[in-house]
This record gives sequence, C-alpha cells and structure tokens, in this order.
Amino acid sequence: MTVLEMRDVVKEYRLRDGLQLTRLRAVDKVSFELKPGRTVALVGQSGSGKSTIAKLLMQLERPTSGAILVDGQPMRYRGAPAAAYRKAVQMVFQDPFSSLNPYHTIGHHLARPVRIHHPDFTGEQVDRRVLDLLRRVRLEPSEDFARRKPHELSGGQRQRVAIARALAPEPAILVADEPVSMLDVSIRLGVLNLLATLQREENLGVLYITHDLATARHFSDEIMVLYRGAVVEHGPADDVILNPQHEYTQLLADAAPAPERRLAELRPGATAAGPRGR
Amino acid sequence: MTVKLAVGLTIAGLIVLFGLLAPLLVGNPSTVRDIGLTGPGNGFVLGTTQNGQDIFAQLAYATRGSLIIGAVVGALTLLLSSFFGIVGAFVGGWTDEAFSLLTNIMLVIPGLPLVIVISSYVPNKSIWLVAAVLAITSWAGSARVLRGFTLSVRGRDYVLAVRISGEKRWRILLVEILPNLIPLLASQVVFAVIFAILGEAGLSFLGLGASGSFTWGTMLFYAQNGLALRLGAWWWFAPPGLAIALFGAALSLINFSIDEIINPKLRAQTRAERTKWTMSRGVKP
Amino acid sequence: MTAPAVLRIENLSIDYLAETTVHAVREVSLTLQRGEILGLAGESGCGKSTLAYGITRLLKPPATITSGRVLFAPHDGDDIDLSALAGEELRAFRWDKIAMVFQGAMNSLSPVLRISEQLEDVFITHRPELGRTERRKRCAGLLERVGVDRNRLRAYPHELSGGMRQRVMIAMALALEPEVLIMDEPTTALDVVVQREILQEITRLRSELGFAVVFITHDLPLLLEISDRIAVMRAGLIVELDDALTLYTRPKHPYTRRLLSSFPSLTGERGAFVRNGRLGDEVALDETEQTVDAAMAEELEAR
Repeated sequence: MTVLEMRDVVKEYRLRDGLQLTRLRAVDKVSFELKPGRTVALVGQSGSGKSTIAKLLMQLERPTSGAILVDGQPMRYRGAPAAAYRKAVQMVFQDPFSSLNPYHTIGHHLARPVRIHHPDFTGEQVDRRVLDLLRRVRLEPSEDFARRKPHELSGGQRQRVAIARALAPEPAILVADEPVSMLDVSIRLGVLNLLATLQREENLGVLYITHDLATARHFSDEIMVLYRGAVVEHGPADDVILNPQHEYTQLLADAAPAPERRLAELRPGATAAGPRGR
Repeated sequence: MTVKLAVGLTIAGLIVLFGLLAPLLVGNPSTVRDIGLTGPGNGFVLGTTQNGQDIFAQLAYATRGSLIIGAVVGALTLLLSSFFGIVGAFVGGWTDEAFSLLTNIMLVIPGLPLVIVISSYVPNKSIWLVAAVLAITSWAGSARVLRGFTLSVRGRDYVLAVRISGEKRWRILLVEILPNLIPLLASQVVFAVIFAILGEAGLSFLGLGASGSFTWGTMLFYAQNGLALRLGAWWWFAPPGLAIALFGAALSLINFSIDEIINPKLRAQTRAERTKWTMSRGVKP
Repeated sequence: MTAPAVLRIENLSIDYLAETTVHAVREVSLTLQRGEILGLAGESGCGKSTLAYGITRLLKPPATITSGRVLFAPHDGDDIDLSALAGEELRAFRWDKIAMVFQGAMNSLSPVLRISEQLEDVFITHRPELGRTERRKRCAGLLERVGVDRNRLRAYPHELSGGMRQRVMIAMALALEPEVLIMDEPTTALDVVVQREILQEITRLRSELGFAVVFITHDLPLLLEISDRIAVMRAGLIVELDDALTLYTRPKHPYTRRLLSSFPSLTGERGAFVRNGRLGDEVALDETEQTVDAAMAEELEAR
C-alpha cells in the first residue's frame, strides 16, 4: 500500500430522544492522506470526532458519505481486499488496561495476529516471531514477558505490547489513538520515542491522534486540528503551532500550560527559553 | 480458598457423596412393614413412616433424586441461557432481537401456572419431566444476565483489537469472550441448581412433583399427607427439610465466593476483614 | 516574613493494611500558608490522593494513619488536631473549614437531583439556622461567583457541560467559605480550553476570598502556572519542596528533573525530545529511570 486517503468523509449518527430524531455529525467532510514514512497528527478535544475517524479507518464504522480510498481504489469491507487492508492498517488503542484480554498470556496476544497473517508458519516460526516482536518494543527478557499475563505488567509495558501486536502483521499504516494519554507522565515520552523509532525503521505512515498539542508538534510532520468534526487547520507541524491561522488553533495554543509565560512575569530578566536554558 | 468457600464445598460435597453412595448401602426404601410410625432406634436410624418404610433409606434415594434434578436443571439452564443469551448478543442484529424477544416472553410467562398446566396433562411425572419443566421456566433470567454481560465484553477494546486483526468470529466468541464469562456462568449455574432444588421441593409439596420417585420434596409431601407434623414425627419431615436447607446454604456460600472472585472489592467488606483491620490500627504518638 | 500557617502536616504516615503492608505516605511534613496555592505534583501511585484523604479524614479501610498528625489553625481560635477529631465534631468540621474537590468530581453530582437541591443540601446540613430565602439567595450567589448563570440552578447535572459541572463542584466546596480548599486533579478530565477557564476561576476566587489551596495533579507545567510553591511526591515521600520559580529553573532532585523534562515545550525548541528517535527511548529524558530509582532508594533507606 502506498496511500490511504480520506476524501470528504462524513459520518452522521442518528440519535433518538423519545420521538425526536436528531442527526449528530461526528465527522464533517474530512479529507487527508496517509503515506508511509510520514506522521500526521490529528489534534482535537473530546467530542471533536477524532475517535470516530479512527473507527472509520479501522472499518469498525462505515462513512455516511464520502470515500476512503486505498491506493486510489475504494476501501472494501469483504473478501480478499478487506483481508489485505486489515494486514496493512493497524491500530494502537488508548487504554492499556482494556486493550489486552486478562485471560490470555502476552505470547497468545502476539501469536494470534502472526498466525492469521502467516498461516504457513510453523509453531516454532510463530514463537520466534513473537519473541522478536517483544525485543523490538524493548520488553526483555522476551521469553519471560511472553509467559506473563496483562495484570502482571505496568501500563507502559502493556502499551508496548499493544504496539507489538499492531506491528505483528507488518502493516504499512499505524493509527495511534491517544497512545500515551492514559500512561504515567514520565513514561509517555519513552513510549512516543519508541513509536518514532519503529516508524522510522519500518517506514510506517502514522496517524497520531491526540489532544496534546505539544507532543503533536514534536512527533509529527503535519498537524490537522479538528473542531466539531471538521478540520479547521492543516499544515506542517511547526507552522500550525507557531503561526496558527484559525482562531480555534490559536485558542488551543493559548490554553495550553506555558510556564515560560509565567516565568517571564515573575522574573523580568528571564528569557522565554526552556527551563534548562536550552 | 476462604472459610466461606471451604465450608460451602465441604457441606455440598458431603451431601453429594451421600446421594451417590448411600443408596448402594441401604435397604429398599419402599418396603412396607407392619410396625407403623416409629421414631429412631430399633435398627432404623431415622425411624419409619406410617407405612413402616425406612426413612433413612428414603433419605438416601431422595438425596440422589433431588441431586439429579439439580444437575439436570443446571445443565439444561446452562445450555439454554448460553445459547439464547451469549450467542444472541454476540451475533447481534435480527438474531439478537429475536432471541431477546423470546427470552422476555419466557420471563413474563408465570412459572407455576405453566407447571400446573403441564402437570395436569401428564399424571405420572418422572424426575426427568419435572427437571425439564423447571429448566424451561428458569433459563430466561440467566439468559438476560448473560446477554447484558456479553454485550459489554463485546465492546471492549481487546475484542475490537482482535476483530481488527482479522480473527474469525467463532474464534472471537470462544477464545476471547467466553473465558471472561466463566465466573458469571458458574454463578448462574449454581443459582439454577438452588432454584431447581427449592422449586422441586415446592412443587412436590403441592403434589405436583414426581410423586412416584423419591426426592426431598416428595418426602415432605408424604410426611405432610401422613400428618407427621401433627403427630410430632419430626424424624420424617426434619431430615429432608434440613437437607434442603443445608444444601441450599452450601451452594449459596459457594456462590458468594465466586462473587468475591469476580469482584475483589467485596473481599474487604466482610466483618472478619474489618475486624482484622481495627485490631491492627497503628498506635497514636 | 512568611504568612502564618493555616495547615501543618507533621510526620504523617499512612499505610494500607493488606496482605502486604503498603506504605502509601511516609512521614510527610508540609506547611500550608494562609492564602497560598500549594501544588502537589506526582504520578499515579505516589500517594498524593491518599495524603489528601488523610488530611480530610476520608480514608477508608484498609488505609489507616499510622503516625503523625495534622494541625489546623483557624483564623479565630486555637489549633485543632485533625487526626484526633471524631464523631460529631468531625462531621461539623468537614466542609466548614476544609473542603475538597475530588477527582472525577464532574461525575460526583447526583443525577436525579437538581443543582439547587444539591447546593442547598450543604446549607441544610451545616447551617440549619438559615431560612429558605436566605439559603436560596446564597446558592444563587455561589453559582454566580464561579461563573455559572443563576438560572442554571433548576437544571439537572446531565444538562450541564463537564466544565460547568466542575464549577458547580467548586461552588459546593466554597459554600461554607472554608479556609483551605483541597483539589484532587480537578481539571484532568476536561478539555484544555475549559481547563484554562477553571484555573482562572480558581485564582480569581482565591484572591477574592483568601482561602489556601492544595492543588493535586500530575501536570507539572500547569502547577508552574498557578502555584506559589510546589511539592513533588514519589513513592509516598516528598522529594522536593520549593517555590515554583526555583523548582522550574533549578530543580534539585533527579525525579523532579525527569518529571519536568517529560513535558515538551509547545513553543520552545524541540529540545530533548527528538522525533527521529536517534537517541533511543530512555535517554530522551533528563534523568534515566535508574538514576531516579537510585536516589529514591537512598532516601527510603534513610527512613
């Protein structure tokens, strides 16, 4: 796969409130492209429609109108093209605690996708691949981790397993739905850095969905700002943050905690550079 | 293994053992003798009925009879409620709607009148028929609970993740969803068995049970007919009554323990736990 | 000259008595000055919420205070030992002098009662001598004070947005004009824009009413914006306590440095966090986990 494209996609939900039928437009004419090797950030607050876009990309929902194109062809939901799509596009979920089945070992979680996409592999080949995946996400000793169950792992470790599981089918595109927002603060950058490393090594196209502008800026090549289902700004990461065009983007940038601002107030001589004088 | 679970398993285990082995060791429970209603003693551990029948022997066979009913109803309920509850919720769409409708209808139909109607058509009921009737009137409640839980598990992230990987549907049901349902299923089965035993006792007491066979309920029925209470023949009605109460209590204890496994928060709530805490409160400076 | 202390925590220790005893809070000593905003920063499991619950005596078994005490100095009267209060005194004390806004407070409102009923409930419980009209007047005044229109009084919680519900919770906490307000992650579940508004409300209310605030969160940059002093907590210990400016520019403890560097600056240079991943995942932060653990181990040994 070379290009995954959303073209004017609209998703409407029909809500029933007694006898009244209202339409909720969760996604409003959104268009963008995902290419291997590029990271696109989708920034929005809760209710902006970003999770719906993730579900649409993962074939968990169908668009009301508009098209999702795979290398120029419309996305298929059945048959061989659908199976090929599922191999090429994978997702990392937000919640490390609910994305793993408490009954199964880590090895089982990774072995299943490997088996599905390589039915010809022998048991030994599958095991080797599972251990290899664990090593790539820095969960070592991998034999030990493969035997454990999810509740024996920390949140950060579980998220690494989720990343490993997403990598098992050797995808071309990775949809990361708020991959670190439920992790402890001091391990977030570690996991994001891991994702960045893997993206580079596998030449993945990554859709990084988040509400945090700061990591979106540092982690991606382009940023799309989503407000009430519509893309209000789309451009290279630094441009969108440092020179926002739309007022909503400006609002988001101003609302984010910015200690440098207060530093400047408290200490008139202080520069606006970071804490350690970078 | 908590005290609750140990006690429950021991009592239930002993009763099951009794039901399995005792009938092989006692005499014929139906033999009529001349001696009439006598208390314990004289070679009869629990005395005799008004027809001179050995009550202890009857108790042995009655235990087996009731346990059979409990087991059959438990198994049938498990099958029916799993099918209509779990499969329906998993498949979704029209199947789910249809199964749900059927479940709700079965819930609404009153059980006792249904049993009476069936009974009136079949004068000589066997244990199996009674078990079948009890199962048919009790699976619906379980099915609703299982359906609700399956719907919630189906929406969880790890099930979605496996769907995205391209797993086949039947494998998702068997491998991902079912293991999470096992504690709930176990609890529902135990409930069904308790209900079956109590239900059968009630039915038999009303004369609607398997009157030709020996169960705890039929023993109580015959004891009532033989005016055991009025005549003070406690050895006739007390043993089956106690057996029902003990077995019911033991199963309930097992069910509470299963609940604590499912919901660890309940573990801290028992009085024993709280006493342990107060006694080790730290010393103030 | 520093302002007088309104709350003094002296060597407080809280344990969870389970199969293995967990030392959630270890000999914490803190002083909260009148009218100051003290930020309490830490990640999950560090004991900050347990500390807050310990101060307000809301701990549930198996958590228990094993040593130390909490002294409250009201502006009128003698010091009160909070850890010694019990029964009726404790009930009367709670909310009157020290109030708390809990984590996930937006979901703490009863869904079947109107806002007015829930607000009035505070007055009915603690100020039974007030008449109905006076009560209503105060509730309306409270809502306006936190920036919610008074005609929302008759609404149910689900009719309000998350931000508004949070303001209602703050209003409830301020109802009896406490001298100390403890806020446990009050803005974590809110959008960044709403979060900014709530923070502005809190600072404004603080300058109007003069109460002290203990603001608990994991979001260190946020604390740097509003706090006077910041305490950093890890594994039940306070590893660093300093005024906001000094903590930000000259952090002393390895854990503080690690926490600070976990928040990439929005507008500053890309700094430590480099997207090419060239540095590997651990080295991106100023301090590795090993350095932090080593420092922590030393301190735990000393106790």
